[in-house]
Amino acid sequence: MIRFDHVSFTYPDATRPTLFDLDFEIPEGELCLVIGSTGTGKSTLLRAINGLVPRFSGGLLTGRVTVDGRSTESVPPRELADVVGFVGQDPAAGFITDMVEDELAHVMENLGVAPDVMRRRVEDVLDLLGLHELRNRPLATLSGGQQQRVAIGAVLTAGPRILVLDEPTSALDPAAAEEVLAALTRLVHDLGITVVVAEHRLERVVQYADRVVIVPGAGERVIVGLPAEVLADSPVAPPVVELGRLAGWSPLPLSVRDARRSAPMLRERLAPLAPHVSDQLVRSSSTEPIARTTDLHAGYGPVTALRGIDMAVHAGEVVAIMGRNGAGKSTLLAHLVGLREPLRGEVLVQGRQPHRLSARDVVRSTGLVPQDSGVLLYHDTVAAECAAADRDADLAPGATQTVLDRLVPGIDQRAHPRDLSEGQRLSLALAIVLGAEPPLVLLDEPTRGLDYAAKQRLIAILRDLAAAGHAVVLATHDVEVVAAVADRAIVLADGEVVADGPARNVVVHSPVFAPQVAKVLAPEPWLTVAEVSRALDLLAGSGASA
Amino acid sequence: MTGTSVRPRRLLHPGAWWIWSIALAAAALRTTNPLLLGLVVVVTAFVVASRRSDAPWARSFASFLRLGVIVIAIRLVFQILFGNRIPGHTLFTIPELTLPDWAAGVSIGGPVTAEAIVGAIYQGLRLAVVLACFGAAASLCSPYRLLRALPSALYEAGVAVTVALTFAPQAVIAARQVRDARRLRGRSERGVRAWAGSAMPVLEGALDRAVALAASMDSRGYGRHGDSPISLRRAGSVLTLFGIACIAVGCYGILDPGAPAILRLPALGLGAVALVAALLLGGRSHHRSRYRPDPWASAEWIVALSGVAAFVGMVIAGRNGSGLDPSVYPLEIPPLPAAALIGILFAALPAWAAPIPPSFASVAVPTGLEVAA
Repeated sequence: MIRFDHVSFTYPDATRPTLFDLDFEIPEGELCLVIGSTGTGKSTLLRAINGLVPRFSGGLLTGRVTVDGRSTESVPPRELADVVGFVGQDPAAGFITDMVEDELAHVMENLGVAPDVMRRRVEDVLDLLGLHELRNRPLATLSGGQQQRVAIGAVLTAGPRILVLDEPTSALDPAAAEEVLAALTRLVHDLGITVVVAEHRLERVVQYADRVVIVPGAGERVIVGLPAEVLADSPVAPPVVELGRLAGWSPLPLSVRDARRSAPMLRERLAPLAPHVSDQLVRSSSTEPIARTTDLHAGYGPVTALRGIDMAVHAGEVVAIMGRNGAGKSTLLAHLVGLREPLRGEVLVQGRQPHRLSARDVVRSTGLVPQDSGVLLYHDTVAAECAAADRDADLAPGATQTVLDRLVPGIDQRAHPRDLSEGQRLSLALAIVLGAEPPLVLLDEPTRGLDYAAKQRLIAILRDLAAAGHAVVLATHDVEVVAAVADRAIVLADGEVVADGPARNVVVHSPVFAPQVAKVLAPEPWLTVAEVSRALDLLAGSGASA
Repeated sequence: MTGTSVRPRRLLHPGAWWIWSIALAAAALRTTNPLLLGLVVVVTAFVVASRRSDAPWARSFASFLRLGVIVIAIRLVFQILFGNRIPGHTLFTIPELTLPDWAAGVSIGGPVTAEAIVGAIYQGLRLAVVLACFGAAASLCSPYRLLRALPSALYEAGVAVTVALTFAPQAVIAARQVRDARRLRGRSERGVRAWAGSAMPVLEGALDRAVALAASMDSRGYGRHGDSPISLRRAGSVLTLFGIACIAVGCYGILDPGAPAILRLPALGLGAVALVAALLLGGRSHHRSRYRPDPWASAEWIVALSGVAAFVGMVIAGRNGSGLDPSVYPLEIPPLPAAALIGILFAALPAWAAPIPPSFASVAVPTGLEVAA
C-alpha cells in the first residue's frame, strides 16, 4: 500500500539527513505505529507519505515514495486526497469551515462526489466516530477529543484507503484518548483502512499495533518489525513492556490484559514489600504553605472555569493536577502566576496576591512553563535567550546558562530556539524560569511531545527541585509521570476539586488515572517499574543473605 | 421571538442576508440625513437582535458598531484640523498654520464652526451606518456559509479570502500569548519596546498557523483540477477578472450620482455577461459538488426584497427632491422624506419573516483558557 524505496530526506540548511535510506513497505489493512525519540523525524516520515514533505517543507528528498501505485514525486498532495487522509498534530489548526457537518463534507466537495453519496457518507462517518450529536455544532465549541474525532472524520469521508495521524492523542486526557483510539481500531478492523500513527505515549497505542517502525534518527536506519519483537530491545518502551522485561515474561506483554495473565507469581513475591497507602500526607505541619487559594472562582464571560478551589502548596512537595481537557487546570496555574485576576476568592503566593505584583516581582516568587514552551522564547540564539533571562531577572551574567547546562549539557549555543528538539526547548524554557530561583515552579503539560528518556530526565529535575525546597505544581494528563514524580495529586472536574491527597492514594484505584503498573499489579498499590525493580533487588539481596 | 412559531427552525440562505444588507448599505450611501441613517441602524440592530443565532460569530455586531463610532470620531478630528472652513457660528478657534504658496487650498487650524462639525458628523455617520449593515450580515450568517453559496468557479478565490480573514483573529490570539509570555519572563508589558519585541513572535505564530492550514487544505483536495485542460482554466480566470472589474466600475457609477451614464448600466451589464461566461467555463473545468445547498424559499425572497425596498424608497425620495442631504449652511432641522422612511421600515420585515435559526446548544469551551497558561 505504502512503499518507501531508498528514501532519504534532508531539510534545507541541515547538515545531516533527517530520514536516511528508508526502504520498507506498509501492507494494506495494517495499523502501523511509528515511534522514536523526540526530533528524530517521525512527523517528517508521516508527511512524506502524501507528499507534504518536501512540497510544504522544502528540502531534498531522494528515492521514491509510492502510495497505492502513485508516486508522490509526480502527484501533489491534493490529488492524493482520495487515497491518503492526513491529520496533523493540532486538529484545530487544520479546520477550514466552521460547522462540524460542513467540515466533514468539505473534502468530498473538493473531490466532486455526487450529492446523494455525500449525504450517505457523512451519515456513515457521523455514526462510525460517534459524532452524530455534534453535527450542528460550531467547531470552536468542541472539546479536544471531539475536535480530534472531527478532524479524523473530515478526512475519512473522502473514503481514503490510508489514514495518517501525527500524535493523535498527545493533547488528550486519558478518557478522550481512549475514545479516539477506539475509533481508529474500528476503522482498521471493520473497514480495512491502513492506519499509520506516530505516538510518544506507547502505553496508549502499542497494544493495537500490527507493525512498529522505529525511527532512531541521527542518520541511522529505521527498524521495522512486529511489536513484541521490536520492543524487546527498543530504547523506548511503555511501562508494561518494561515490567515484562524485568520479570522476564515471554512472550513480552503489550497490554495490561496480557500482563495480568503473567502477573500472579510476581504479585505474590512482591506482596510482603507492598508500599503503604495512607490518607495522610507526610509533612512537617508547622510550615506555612508557599501558595494558597481560598474559595477561588474564575471564568470568562458566562463560563465559570473554577468554582471554589481551596488548596495549599508547601515547600518541597510535587503536586500533580489532573482532570479532563477543560477541567480548569491551566486556568488554575494562570491564577497562581497572576496572569488572570480571580472573579472571587483569593490567591496568595508567599502572602502576596500575584496579579497585583509587577512582572519583575512575580518571576522571583513564581515561574510558569506554559503548555507550548516555545512562546517563552523569542531571541534568535540560545545564548541570547539566556543572557536576556539574566537581564530580565537581574541575575549575575551566566546564571541561566549554568542552570541550562545542568538540565541538558551540550546544547549548541548558536542554535535558534525553534530548531531545538521539543525536549531541548522545554529544558531551555525551564532554565529561563528556574534562573530566578522562584520558590514556586509551575509546569503546564510538561511531557507533551517528550519521549521516555526525556521524561526520565524531567522527572529527575523535578525531584531535585523539590529536594532543594521548591514547591512544584504540574498540570498533566500523563499518569505515568504523575506516578513517578508526584507526592500529591489533585483531581479537578468542572472547576471543582474532587480529590486531593497522596498521589498513590488518588491514582491507584482510579480506572482512568491509574498507571499501567498499578493496573497490572492491582490490588497491590505499586505505581512504577522503578519501585518494583527496587523491591525485587531487595528480595534478591535478602534471599542471598539468608 | 417566543419560539411559538410552528415554522421549522433553519438558517436563512446567506445570499438573502447579504442582498438585504448590501441594499440597506447602498440606501445609506445615498443620504446624509441623520434621521434616516439613525433609522437604518435601529432597523439593522432590531433584525440582528431578533434573528441571530447563538454561534460564536453572531456576537460581532457590537464590534462593528464600535468601529462605526471610531470612524465618526476620526472624521471629526480631521474636520477640526484640516477641514475646509464652512462659515457660520464659530464654536472655538485653534491656531492656524500659515502654509507656503504652493500649498494654497490646504488649511490647517482656524475657526471651527457648528456647521462644519454637524457636516462632519453627518458624513461620518453615513460611513458608520454602512459598517453596521455589513456587521449585521456578518453576525446573521457566518462568512463561510456565504462562501458555500458561491458558484464553484469562484469558490477557491473565496476560500483564500476567508483564510486571509482568519489571520486577524489569530494574530490577536498570538498577541495575547506573547503578552502573557512576556509577563512570565518578568518583563514589563508597556512601552514601544515591548511592542517591538513582541511583533516578531506574533507574526511568526500567525504565519505558522497559516502554513499549517494551507497544508491541511492541500491534503484535503483543495485546488484539485483533476484532468481539465489548462487553457480552459486560464480563459476562465481572465474572464472572471474582467467581469469583476466591470461590475466594480458599474457599482461606482450607480452609487455616485455625478458619474457619466456609460459607467452605470452598460458597465454593469458587460461585467455580468463576462462573469456568466466565466462561470459557465469554470463549471466545465471544476469537478466540485455541493453538500446540502441552502434552499431559496419564500422567506429568502421576502428578506432580499425588503432590503431592496429600502434602496428603492431612497431612490424615489431622491427623485422627489430634497430631504436626503439636509443643508448644514444654514443649519436646518433634517426633514423626514416619506418614501425613504417607508422603504427603511420595510427592511425591518426580516425580524418576523425570516425563520428562527436553530440553536447550536453550544456549551462554550473557552478557547482562551489554553492560551499560554
